[in-house]
Amino acid sequence: MLPEKKNIFLLIFIMLLGGCAGNKNIYYWENYQSNIYQYYQKEKTSPEEQIASLKESVEKSRAQDKSVPPGLHAQMGLLYVNTGNGVEALREFETEKELFPESAQFMDYLLSKNKGNKK
Amino acid sequence: MNRIVGLIGLWLALTLTGCAKPQPYDYTAFRQSNPKSILVLPPINESVDINASHSLLSQVAFPLAESGYYVFPVAVVEETFLQNGMTTPQDINSVSIDKLYKIFSADAVLYLTIKEYGTKYLVITSDTRVTADAKLVDLKNGQLLWSGSATASSSEQQSNSGGGVIGLLAAAIVDQIANTIMERGHNIAGITSVRLLSASTPRGMLHGPRSPLYGKEHL
Repeated sequence: MLPEKKNIFLLIFIMLLGGCAGNKNIYYWENYQSNIYQYYQKEKTSPEEQIASLKESVEKSRAQDKSVPPGLHAQMGLLYVNTGNGVEALREFETEKELFPESAQFMDYLLSKNKGNKK
Repeated sequence: MNRIVGLIGLWLALTLTGCAKPQPYDYTAFRQSNPKSILVLPPINESVDINASHSLLSQVAFPLAESGYYVFPVAVVEETFLQNGMTTPQDINSVSIDKLYKIFSADAVLYLTIKEYGTKYLVITSDTRVTADAKLVDLKNGQLLWSGSATASSSEQQSNSGGGVIGLLAAAIVDQIANTIMERGHNIAGITSVRLLSASTPRGMLHGPRSPLYGKEHL
């Protein structure tokens, strides 16, 4: 099958998931879930690559005027912790808390735990 | 507009159930609890594929968040457990709800069990199937709010086993995209996750407060 056809199938599928013609999703997903999957397959992509990919998602979501999904900024925070970038990590946990107050207690826990790692 | 959404929803519901009329589900406890945030724990894996738990876990955020819930970041959550000495899904799933509430302050916790994850080789073809069960529990009082089960298979195209249009498309996608058995299992797990955890499916989850359809279900 031609690659174009494959894309059409994907598009139709995504539209069905959205429940209506056009993308009615609440959030801008792009590669957030595959990024998490890559996080678990540690040897395939580096944390730096995963951060870059999530950053790109954040930029694109702004262009589309949609929010990134819940958890994306916290995931970036985790990746920054793992690469020893404490300041950036704290910033991401703060952003998650700001966007999704439901996460406040957990983010506060992570913030207090990682404050000592500040570089 | 709402009517169109409703009609498409109905049509989706019909295709998903293969036109069988679903038994009504008792949502009393769900509605009373009215959860806003869901903590998803790493799935208990009853299949032989060691990849299964992470494969499914990495794909639960989409249906739950699009249904209107705050979904705790699954990998960050798991990392927190690891650092506290809980290294297996079994360990993590046996943590008391009091302790979970203390750390995460989530409204509800979702327990997942993977019943099947893998590929069976048949005479001329192969069948990749992922089946999972879910249980949503109130994190303040431990009450069961909802439970469900879903399956997806690569051979839905051939057998059309209740997958309907989504099943057909899913099968086509999986055949096209998955080059390896591992990828194929992962793609099927994504379909299972959407079927299992999307609101507006028969006997499925209700919409959460971040969805425009919150509180608009006619049950």
